[in-house]
Amino acid sequence: MSATASPSPVAVETPLHRLARKFAANRVALGGLIVFAAIALVAIAAPLAAPQNPYDLASLDIMDGSLEPGTPNADGRPYLLGTDEQGRDMLSAILYGLRISIGVGVGSTVLALSIGLAMGLFAAYSGGWRDTLVMRLVDLQLGFPPILIALILLAILGRGVDKVIIALVAVQWAYYARTVRGSALVERRKEYIEAARCLALPYTRIVFGHLMPNCLPPLIVVATMQVAHAIALEATLSFLGVGVPVTEPSLGMLIANGFDFMMSGKYWVSFFPGITLLVTVVSINLVGDHLRDILNPRLQK
Amino acid sequence: MGYVLNRLIQGLTVIAAMAGLVFVGVYAIGNPVDMLISPEADQAEIDATIARLGLDKPLLEQFLNFVSGVLHGDFGTSFIYNEPAVRLILDRFPATLELAVSAVLIAILVGIPLGVIAGLIPDKPAGRSIMAVSILGFSLPTFWVGMMLIMIFSVWLGWLPSTGRGETVELFGIPVSFLTASGLKHLLLPAINLALFKTSLVIRLARAGTREVVGQDYIKFARAKGLPESRVILVHLLKNMMIPVVTVLGLEFGSVVAFAVVTETVFAWPGMGRLLISSIVQLDRPVIVAYLMLTVLLFVIVNFVVDLLYALLDPRVRRKGA
Repeated sequence: MSATASPSPVAVETPLHRLARKFAANRVALGGLIVFAAIALVAIAAPLAAPQNPYDLASLDIMDGSLEPGTPNADGRPYLLGTDEQGRDMLSAILYGLRISIGVGVGSTVLALSIGLAMGLFAAYSGGWRDTLVMRLVDLQLGFPPILIALILLAILGRGVDKVIIALVAVQWAYYARTVRGSALVERRKEYIEAARCLALPYTRIVFGHLMPNCLPPLIVVATMQVAHAIALEATLSFLGVGVPVTEPSLGMLIANGFDFMMSGKYWVSFFPGITLLVTVVSINLVGDHLRDILNPRLQK
Repeated sequence: MGYVLNRLIQGLTVIAAMAGLVFVGVYAIGNPVDMLISPEADQAEIDATIARLGLDKPLLEQFLNFVSGVLHGDFGTSFIYNEPAVRLILDRFPATLELAVSAVLIAILVGIPLGVIAGLIPDKPAGRSIMAVSILGFSLPTFWVGMMLIMIFSVWLGWLPSTGRGETVELFGIPVSFLTASGLKHLLLPAINLALFKTSLVIRLARAGTREVVGQDYIKFARAKGLPESRVILVHLLKNMMIPVVTVLGLEFGSVVAFAVVTETVFAWPGMGRLLISSIVQLDRPVIVAYLMLTVLLFVIVNFVVDLLYALLDPRVRRKGA
């Protein structure tokens, strides 16, 4: 507006502002972020937003079983997405299922990120045989497809939300460890680390105070994509019957429940949870895809 | 030669490590006795079953039995089918292999042309749409796509069957579906389903490769020489962008086999993946162990072959690895 406010408007733009501006420049990615934020919000607010508590058996009416979408219930309010064979409102079941799916996806990603970050920093900063040991473990694990490792673990551990999270963490940590180690190896040769060493700062302070913050950007991209992967993998495992227990149905389990009904033409029991899952995963992938483009220095012309 | 030996030792180490992990996981944790014996059985029956399965022996003895079994290719007898676990799996292996090979073929035949087009015209609507489809292909959960395929093509349109392998004929003593009309119809939907994810991957690889190769001098030279565009693309471009695609697809073949678990469950395809899932649900440990060990073996062999081919094609790898 005026020259007095700031002599150069570029100089006051913080890196975070720049990131936000670049991100918002892509309408598709911005749309993805808004859609995901909305989905996450209704998932968190499920007890308030859902017309029915799908776990409360008293509120279910078996007479309302397998109704088509839009059929009105006893109070005259329509079941927007139909009901399953027990008379459970699918919209409510989906909202509650989303909580579990997103909770497991985000929770396992945060845990795996922390473990991978610690392992990657440790490997890169220590070097030598410790580095070799960690990276061999990473190589070994990345040599096998995630679904196989998760199936093995769940075959051993049994079903359960906590066990699914353990399996997903075990599958994911290696990606973070490899990414972190890569950027940490570059960063630790830079002057500021050397300066910190010359000041005789403690090991933990150098690693966590100086090295870690500078290794985070590429990790954010990996983490975004991994949330989508984790949600999809959890859904797959639950569909196969080795994931979450019947009492805590995630989207994948809802889809599996509807499989038999689909054959008799009752598509809605698994179609709508599937669409919800798809929209969630696509919106996260759109955000991650664009983040990768703007955070990748090689693509900046 | 040193390189080959090095890789071989690495492969054997992986197999040994997995064998140890699998034993600890499956034999030391979890108790199949409760699952396998009906609640009405009396103590004598329970004891007899435990003794028959060798579950009463010390863990070390169970482990030694396990190791000697692994070395003989014997992973025990299925608790459920009363047949050697390895034979159960090998019986179902051809079905899984047929499905996986079909899926990889579809991924190549569909993915490479689309990827090349997207790489040649990255900013035109067609190029952008192909990439949008590829993002969708990455995001769509395989099992849900399979169900939707069944819903559309089997339930609504009634064009294609949704379960089983259809009629099979023997080819070199192995039953295959793709040589009969009924078998081909049964194979189509599961193969498309399994191919979806890898097709998206091939599109991305082919697009990235094309964009890289298009800028090279030899392509400019071929064009400047006045070669027809079809020849430039089909010979000069395709040949050079295929290297990373073939490498990645080779490495990914094992993951196609692993992911067949999902497709086989949806389409009731009688392969070894479906056997694994039912074995996990029924705690049929010998079958789980045999599946894991055979899959690990398959992975190590595939990775070893790809490594060798890579070293054969690129002398730099050979020197670095030795």
